[in-house]
Amino acid sequence: MVDWQSFTPVSAFAGGVIIGLATAILLLLAGRIAGISGIIGGLIELRKGDIAWRAAFVSGLLLAPWLWRWAGELPPIRIETGDALLALAGLAVGIGTRYGSGCTSGHGVCGMSRLSPRSMVATFLFMTAGMAVVYIIRHSLG
Amino acid sequence: MLIPLIALFSGLIFGLGLILSGMTDPAKVLAFLDITGQWDPTLMFVMLGAVSVGFFAFRIAKQRGQTVFSAPIQLPGKRTVDLRLVTGSLLFGIGWGLSGICPGPGLIMAASGETGGIIFVLAMLLGMFIFDLLERRHQANLNSNHRQREVIETK
Repeated sequence: MVDWQSFTPVSAFAGGVIIGLATAILLLLAGRIAGISGIIGGLIELRKGDIAWRAAFVSGLLLAPWLWRWAGELPPIRIETGDALLALAGLAVGIGTRYGSGCTSGHGVCGMSRLSPRSMVATFLFMTAGMAVVYIIRHSLG
Repeated sequence: MLIPLIALFSGLIFGLGLILSGMTDPAKVLAFLDITGQWDPTLMFVMLGAVSVGFFAFRIAKQRGQTVFSAPIQLPGKRTVDLRLVTGSLLFGIGWGLSGICPGPGLIMAASGETGGIIFVLAMLLGMFIFDLLERRHQANLNSNHRQREVIETK
């Protein structure tokens, strides 16, 4: 059943378009792909001559909530997961996105945009796995 | 100097888009993943919006083959689906389903000072570091196997 009360398609679509524009800017002006896990991964690897643009992109991302706050109030961030589970989730996301060569941005946005078969498979798999975990936690265990 | 400046601007815009879209609210992400519960389909529209712009951007990129400043565009070359892609994406999905947080929004939550976001990001960085260590060991093994084979072959 669709939860119409929290359904906000207009701001979601607008936010998506802005994400798409940011991707287009990085691609067509700098020749790089806006895949966030890959960008951070490259920073951890410390690949020579490839650090500056990655650090700059991440800095921009980190500045975003501050710029937003300067203009108004941030939308709510409701984290309902306990700290231990959050750490476990972060670990899985870190290892998983690096082995799978991408996350929601690299595969879900960039890969889907260029109709990459690898990214379509990856997006299908992480969405399905995410849905399965939520199903197990909310409807099977709980 | 120009490329880092473009990257900074792109990262900032990307982050603002994430905040506006609702992706930085884990409860909303989990409601999207909860298809058999009170389903909130909102996040489908984020991808729809992003891909509708990205589709044309990548088409232009492919046609031009270079950036506006005539520099090369770096696109992933791999085309085959392998075990690493499958297991990695599944593991990522499990982490995403446990928390409702993926890498970009995680960074934004941490930057806004949310303790949960900071915990998630530190663990994520640790995970990426572990991947890097395993990867280096794997490469070293491959190289030494290769050398051993060469030694045997030259004998």
